Amino acid sequence: MKKIVLLLLLLLAYAVYSGWVYTVGVDCNSHMNGDALAGRKLWHEHNCQTCHQLYGLGGYMGPDLTTVTTDKTRGALYAKGILKAGGKRMPNFHFTNKNTDDIVAYLQYINDAKYGTAK
Amino acid sequence: MERQNSVQSTKTGRLFIILGFSCLLLSVTFGLTASLQYLAPQLFVDHLSFQKTRPLHVFLAINWLFACISGLVYIIIPRVANRQLFSGKMAIIHLVLHAATITIVVTGFFLGHFSGREYLEFPPWIVGIIIFYWLIFGVNFFKTLQPNLATAPVYIWMWCTGILFFIITMAEAQLWMLPYFNTNIIRDVTVQWKANGSMVGSWNMLIYGTAMYVMEQVTNDKTIGYNRKAFAFYFLGLTNLLFNWGHHTYIVPAHPAIKQIAYLISMTELLLLANIMLTWTAAFRKRPVAEFEITYSFLKTADVWVLINLILAIAISVPAINKYTHGTQITVAHAMGATIGINTLLLIGCVVFVIEKQLSTQAKKKMNLGLKTMHISLFFFWLSLLAAGVTRSSGIRNNLYFAEITERATPFLRVFSASGIFLVVGIVLVAATCIPAIWKFEIKA
Ligand code: HEM
Repeated sequence: MKKIVLLLLLLLAYAVYSGWVYTVGVDCNSHMNGDALAGRKLWHEHNCQTCHQLYGLGGYMGPDLTTVTTDKTRGALYAKGILKAGGKRMPNFHFTNKNTDDIVAYLQYINDAKYGTAK
Repeated sequence: MERQNSVQSTKTGRLFIILGFSCLLLSVTFGLTASLQYLAPQLFVDHLSFQKTRPLHVFLAINWLFACISGLVYIIIPRVANRQLFSGKMAIIHLVLHAATITIVVTGFFLGHFSGREYLEFPPWIVGIIIFYWLIFGVNFFKTLQPNLATAPVYIWMWCTGILFFIITMAEAQLWMLPYFNTNIIRDVTVQWKANGSMVGSWNMLIYGTAMYVMEQVTNDKTIGYNRKAFAFYFLGLTNLLFNWGHHTYIVPAHPAIKQIAYLISMTELLLLANIMLTWTAAFRKRPVAEFEITYSFLKTADVWVLINLILAIAISVPAINKYTHGTQITVAHAMGATIGINTLLLIGCVVFVIEKQLSTQAKKKMNLGLKTMHISLFFFWLSLLAAGVTRSSGIRNNLYFAEITERATPFLRVFSASGIFLVVGIVLVAATCIPAIWKFEIKA
């Protein structure tokens, strides 16, 4: 009987914690819109996370891109260039200019969310 | 009718296990290709690039675990319940839907259709089918076992928990479909880690539960499933399944309490570690009944990997260390160390338990050789991933260009691929013995 009570208590705690995580735990003011949303769609369709990580989620063939648009060695222009032309390890997806702008807008949003500057 | 259901349960179980081994063999083929693509990115770049090989490998590896565990449960539950399987037809529907889902997803990946979600890269409508066949599995399981939790052994608790939480977490992983989640990256990533982390806990419950039942049988020690310590560790495992996922999100700017809770909970794993250390020699002195020597060897080798992985898991749950290891191949070492060293070895051990009595001396020798090859090659495989991860981490800290980091990691990636080849050889040796034996396996209903 004690075991069942303990189980029910744990399940209750899990339900409450999940509700808290979905709301207060991630109550951050960083909503994606416009170009960034279009960029996210392209990111999903091309399965970019298989090689790149965002916040550590993704594969290891390529670099983490959470702060690619602002960090010292890379930046938004660099990201656009590699998206257009591909690289030794990066396929050329033949993105249009609009596509690259959208993906970079998405990555800029990711960066801003990290530093709490996204609107 | 009842006898028919029982025979059906074994037949379906056998087919599930064969489906599982087929997934495993395909998975390691794609895994090996992916590892070679680290070294030669242009390999198969037009038709089978890394963008496809990685999801194919991971999807099939996970399906190896699920197909094999489903098969084992179908074979074992009528024996545990001392009752016939509730519905043979439902078991077949489960099998057909599972096999069809694998076929559809693999074909889709080959053709380049992805949802772009880490680990669950298939389209969301597939999730509807997956949850549906897990519900069928769950109903069949509960109707057959009719468990009375108050008196049930711990492995029944673990099976129930595994099935329930697989369904919950698979549904939770789809919350991203709602704009409330998907337009806010912090919310999206946090919930994604939450669902994926707990899902791993759910399959661990199923696999550990089965291994515990098998251990009880091969050592003839009926206290294994009932003693207080077993239940204490079950509750510890469940607490980790529910709350430990947060250690993946240390770098996500969500509420700090998520990290603090995860850190606190993951440190409870030290109790598990202490227990293994304290009971280590005693556990090794325990001998199996003679006809289950090979089963026992697999389960005991998995124990070594539990220890190795636990130390790594505890280390990378410490925020000061996680800062350096997160986002590097150290995480892959942790993931593959656990899925190969623990999950795969335990599952193969449980399959061997089913067939061991009918294995010839020659076949047993082959199994032993396969196990040794897997164990030794996995050790180098795992070490090379750690070394590649450390190189990557130090490169990032020193602001090196990615190309330079990759170049520095190349020697380790070579060892990774080379040991991967031996790992595949070990797996093939084992699979080549298990598949024909399980195909011929008969049970008296
Ligand atoms: C029983 C056998 C195996 C299982 C269960 C397994 C499981 C996994 C899992 C769960 C991941 C995802 C890890 C993560 O993203 O953190 C993974 C990734 C990977 N595995 Fe395996 N694996 C197996 C064997 C192999 C073999 C033999 C190779 C070849 C050398 C291999 C190569 C890879 C590669 C290249 C990745 C991608 C790493 C990345 O994200 O860049 N795996 N595997």
